Amino acid sequence: MDRALKLGVADGAFDGPAARAEVRSETVSLVVENMHCGACMTSIERCLKSVPGVSEARVNLSARRASATFDPARVDVQVLIDALGRAGFRAAEAVEARGDQDVARADDLLRRLGVAGFAAANVMLLSVSVWAGQASDMDKAAAALFHWLSALIAMPAIAYSAQPFFRSAIDALKGRRLNMDVPISLGISLATIMSFYQTLRGTSHVYFDAAIMLTFFLLIGRYLDQHVRVRARGAAENLLGLKSLGALVLDEDGTARRVSARALAPGMKVQVAVGERIPVDGRIVDGVTDVDASLITGETLPQAVGKGGTVHAGTVNLTRPVVVEATATDDSTLLAEIARLMQAAEQGRGQYVRLADRAARQYAPAVHVLGAATFIGWMVFGAGWELSLTHAIAVLIITCPCALALAVPAVQVTATSRLFGKGVILKAADGLERLAEVDTVVFDKTGTLTRGAPVLSNASAIDDATLAEAASLAIASRHPYSKAVLMAADARGIDVRPAEGVTEVPGSGLSAMGPSGERRLGSAAWIDGVSAAHGGAGSLWYGAAGRAPVAFHFDDAVRADAPDVVANLRRAGYGVYLISGDREEAVQRVAHEVGIETWQGAVRPDGKIAVLDALKASGRKVLMVGDGLNDAPALAAAHASLSPSSAADISQTAADAVFQGEELGPVLEAIKVARASQGMAIENFAIALAYNAVSVPMAMAGHVTPLIAALAMSLSSIAVTLNALRLKTARLRLSFVGGRR
Amino acid sequence: MTALAWLIPCALALGAVGLVAFIWALNSGQFQDLEGSGWRAISDDEDDKPRP
Repeated sequence: MDRALKLGVADGAFDGPAARAEVRSETVSLVVENMHCGACMTSIERCLKSVPGVSEARVNLSARRASATFDPARVDVQVLIDALGRAGFRAAEAVEARGDQDVARADDLLRRLGVAGFAAANVMLLSVSVWAGQASDMDKAAAALFHWLSALIAMPAIAYSAQPFFRSAIDALKGRRLNMDVPISLGISLATIMSFYQTLRGTSHVYFDAAIMLTFFLLIGRYLDQHVRVRARGAAENLLGLKSLGALVLDEDGTARRVSARALAPGMKVQVAVGERIPVDGRIVDGVTDVDASLITGETLPQAVGKGGTVHAGTVNLTRPVVVEATATDDSTLLAEIARLMQAAEQGRGQYVRLADRAARQYAPAVHVLGAATFIGWMVFGAGWELSLTHAIAVLIITCPCALALAVPAVQVTATSRLFGKGVILKAADGLERLAEVDTVVFDKTGTLTRGAPVLSNASAIDDATLAEAASLAIASRHPYSKAVLMAADARGIDVRPAEGVTEVPGSGLSAMGPSGERRLGSAAWIDGVSAAHGGAGSLWYGAAGRAPVAFHFDDAVRADAPDVVANLRRAGYGVYLISGDREEAVQRVAHEVGIETWQGAVRPDGKIAVLDALKASGRKVLMVGDGLNDAPALAAAHASLSPSSAADISQTAADAVFQGEELGPVLEAIKVARASQGMAIENFAIALAYNAVSVPMAMAGHVTPLIAALAMSLSSIAVTLNALRLKTARLRLSFVGGRR
Repeated sequence: MTALAWLIPCALALGAVGLVAFIWALNSGQFQDLEGSGWRAISDDEDDKPRP
């Protein structure tokens, strides 16, 4: 936001001295949904610019964001969001978290990469002439001149470009640790100092080219790694931004104004219209309604809430407009419990050690030992310190971990972009690695295995006329069951005519007076002629004067490809579980339908954690797939976690990746890509190790100059990068994991 | 040999021009939206007028 404000002031300065006094400008970054192409881009910019008071609007299509500069005295952010809404684009103010800092770091790496690339190109140009000159007739003076020029270009470039490695190495040494940057820094700085010394003495052992090429290649890896982080975090922030909605706040004098959800404070009264998501935790101060809490509790049936009743942020208001007084978040026991569980779960997972770091722990000491052994060995054989050091540097450069520094990020870039194309947005940078190790999948029910919206299950038992009459009532309501009735009517091709004078009674149902008497669609207890015992959960009754009441039964529809995904996972040897907070019988039915044998219903959030802990204790690595607020602690506790994009925002924050769309297939795709990428990373290590196995003994024996070492290293880097690119198009199969338990 | 005296500075200067151009492009945010810039080039909107 700092940067944005500065930009705004700079724009204001263009307006000339007279205007500068009054015109203030502010810049806001908006997340815009469903922006896909240049046409959307143009219409969003035009739409924003047409709002009076907006001086500048610019869309960033890659980031799916629009930034607008406006005069805060004339417009506020909500007006811009509303204007975009009218143009058909859902927008929200972006949550500026750590995104800016990450972008700045990526830009910094790119700048260093540019400098290193410039220097590497020029130094190589000079070096190639010197090599060619050694074969022909270049005189000593010209070679010396070229060496001095190389020094002039390479030394400042290395001092600037290699700083990220030096800094990280110094930090590691301060903490009495070794990381991969220690041998890298040692190799680069020793090669540079040694070459400078040899340039002063006028010998031919000058290897600036090796040092700068190494820096250049390693920076590419570092930049790709940072790029993945920036994209992942940007995507996560966009998802969160779109979740935070505006709220209609009622002031003391009864006037209403729109504010962003983040500006809400305890004590404010918020008007919540029918169909809107309740933006705060609070108490109802006016009105009675039904609330859909499926996102919070996993319970599919809406609950009636009256004056004084507690409602949670994220639930949907279904039947009547209400006024909610915001209470502090920590007042609500459910949220407080979730927050406490999440904190404990995150500590439990601890710091996951990434593959590259694990390899580095083994590799870095080995590199140092080999380098030192080479130096000492040549000294013992009386080669003199210069030659000994040259050979030792060649070993350091040869062993330089390009596979670790470049190939793993390259694999991750291809893997994340492939997943992105399939609608899976990776949020945690190490998520892929953890996902690859999973051997057990735990699903939540509502909103994960199921679509989270009920469908009419006994439509075939209801005749067209009755369905049409019920639908004419249902069309007036936002209740999920009403929508299901309407959907069933649509599917039969029935023209639904809205009934006149429909009233909705929260907790009971709909009624309308017609020429032939009252018609009602609602719960069993509310319909004449139906005993309450018939009610049960998951059904409505339709009653009209003088006719027998008709039952409507509802099911939470399973995602179409869920049985398929479960079958695939089981065939590949994964343990598959279903754990839900919903009623036992509903859970059993879904478990049966999708083919999961082990299930548990009516589980509280801490119960889910207990189940995960038990699985962990038996040596399993669990992937949790869930969407509700009640799943958030389990998502944080599991080895890896996925969330649908319809999930509660706290769950999306906890999950490693978020998948979009109506299907469950992306879960399978994510596991496949993660495992393939892990396999590919190991393949790349193998390539690098094979190359080391051949060249390290040669280098120790003194047959490889640092320059040849640098060239060979570059070739191996290119080989592993090309290998990583295969992941983009490879056909993937889910291989068997059964043997890994 | 004398050719080197002006060829090498020329080569370096050209390289440096490229580097400066890259850093200028980076600092002015031209790498921030690679997708959008492609669309802007073929957009019919008059986006190339100087700012007021």
